[in-house]
Amino acid sequence: MFDEETGATIPHIAEREISDEIAISVQELDVTYRTTFEKRPTLKQAVVRLGRGKRSVKTVEALKNVSFDVSRGSVLGIVGHNGAGKSTLMRAIAGIVPPTQGRIEVVGRTSTLLSLGVGFNRSLTGRENVILGGLAAGLTKDELEDRYDQIAEFADIGDFIDAPMSTYSSGMGARLAFSVAVHLDPDILLIDEALSTGDAVFKEKATQRMQELVNNSSTMLLISHALRTIINMSTECIWLDHGKLMMRGNPEEVVDAYTEYVHVKKTSATMNDM
Amino acid sequence: MKKPAETQDRPVQVFLPHRAGLPRLKKYLANLWGRRHFAAELSRAEMRAAHTNTFFGQFWLIISPALNAGVYFLLVSVIRGGSAGPNFFMHLLAGLFAFNFIQAVMSNGATSVTKGGNLVLNTAFPLLLLPFSALRTAFLRFIPSLVILFAFFIYFDYFGSHPQECHPSTGICTDLNTIHFSPVMFLAIPALLLIFIFAAGLSALMASVQIYFRDTKQLLPYATRIWLYLTPVLYYADQMKPWMLKCEILNPLYPLLGIFSETLVEGKTPPLTWWLGSTAWAFGTLIIGVFFFISREREFAVRI
Repeated sequence: MFDEETGATIPHIAEREISDEIAISVQELDVTYRTTFEKRPTLKQAVVRLGRGKRSVKTVEALKNVSFDVSRGSVLGIVGHNGAGKSTLMRAIAGIVPPTQGRIEVVGRTSTLLSLGVGFNRSLTGRENVILGGLAAGLTKDELEDRYDQIAEFADIGDFIDAPMSTYSSGMGARLAFSVAVHLDPDILLIDEALSTGDAVFKEKATQRMQELVNNSSTMLLISHALRTIINMSTECIWLDHGKLMMRGNPEEVVDAYTEYVHVKKTSATMNDM
Repeated sequence: MKKPAETQDRPVQVFLPHRAGLPRLKKYLANLWGRRHFAAELSRAEMRAAHTNTFFGQFWLIISPALNAGVYFLLVSVIRGGSAGPNFFMHLLAGLFAFNFIQAVMSNGATSVTKGGNLVLNTAFPLLLLPFSALRTAFLRFIPSLVILFAFFIYFDYFGSHPQECHPSTGICTDLNTIHFSPVMFLAIPALLLIFIFAAGLSALMASVQIYFRDTKQLLPYATRIWLYLTPVLYYADQMKPWMLKCEILNPLYPLLGIFSETLVEGKTPPLTWWLGSTAWAFGTLIIGVFFFISREREFAVRI
């Protein structure tokens, strides 16, 4: 398989045996946000609002009645337009955002690689952020010390590892984030658009590492707008549209249905980045 | 497909709808304790980033309270004409250093969650670690102040003069320097512990308030300044008007800073009511702050 945009080889990891145990069970999940249009809620605004007597609250139904199971060792691709609820779904499964309705059961340790990348504080160095991220994710200090060299080596950003993260390029940040996430030995790996900023060499390395994890019966959820990545990497695919689960099935069929629905031709541009 | 089987290495986690209620406390606290190294490491990293680990950074931590002490010394001994004496100066210093610690905890605690940005949005962990990390940072920065305080203590005990103040009508004179080592001083340690517990509660409380009102940190300096003036730190409690002294029952810092200064400076055992009041305020604030925080923390990721 050949990625037309980057020239990297993307191996198929779809053909493999899948366990019959459930790793993630999402049951009738609703997630509703109530957001105000105020970007930063302040006491000042609250007082001003008191004078006007109204509050502009917008309810966003990010996910509506979504149910599915994921079996251990499978790779679930998630496609959908911007704002379809893909990232919210990931955050709910990771336990960061609480469900409004419904129930989520997750078996094992999850590791998240969400769109914002690694990091706590950009004025801290890469090394400090790796350690902080690892400790927050539940690793012990000893485990981290053992893995630190592997993480740094895999990210391959050289001396930048000891420079503040504010000096990183976006690609370097993404590489470090990916490296941390895959070295946490997760049972479940949640990846949100993680590979879009890496270069061709890193993409290939990342794909290989993901394959290793899946071979060790980790479960993976993958969000990508690069539809070819979804087809190549996932064993199964779901399509979200405005928070609703539209379709679930074979990745190729789901991607076909999705592209048809949004009326775009399956050109190489849309397949690589949509 | 089989139902998920729980094993030792693969715990089953269940996420249910969030009602503004408490998570299962035992599990939460175990989780919090399990990740305590994160709070310590975060505090360490932030102190490193603020150059506290360089020579001049650490030097500054000593110099800053020493300079402060110098300014107050000037105020008390020179401008007021030296009538106040070493006891008052030490009362002022002990109170102000402890107050500065509480103020720092409030201000760092307030932003601890909101500046946690990406990590809060990307990783599931007990967020209470963030205000507690701010507490650790503030406490480590407070320790040099204690050193300065101790240095002045030794100075007044061994080398200090003993000015007398005589009452104009009765003619009875009092020594204005009664500072000397006594076993009562060790009671300052539990006093400090209570201040620490009180600060922990405040840190969690301020962190949650900051989520809802992002201008909290900006408003805090004004609130704390008023709080300082209302607490007998820059003056003695017996200089207050009787009705104001009655109102001090509402001020947690009245007994908290009171027992600290009384044990350390005056070498007196503070009244039992002060101890009881301090304990109640410290643990009450900790419980309210922590419960308020953890009952809402799962909502924080959405609001950040």
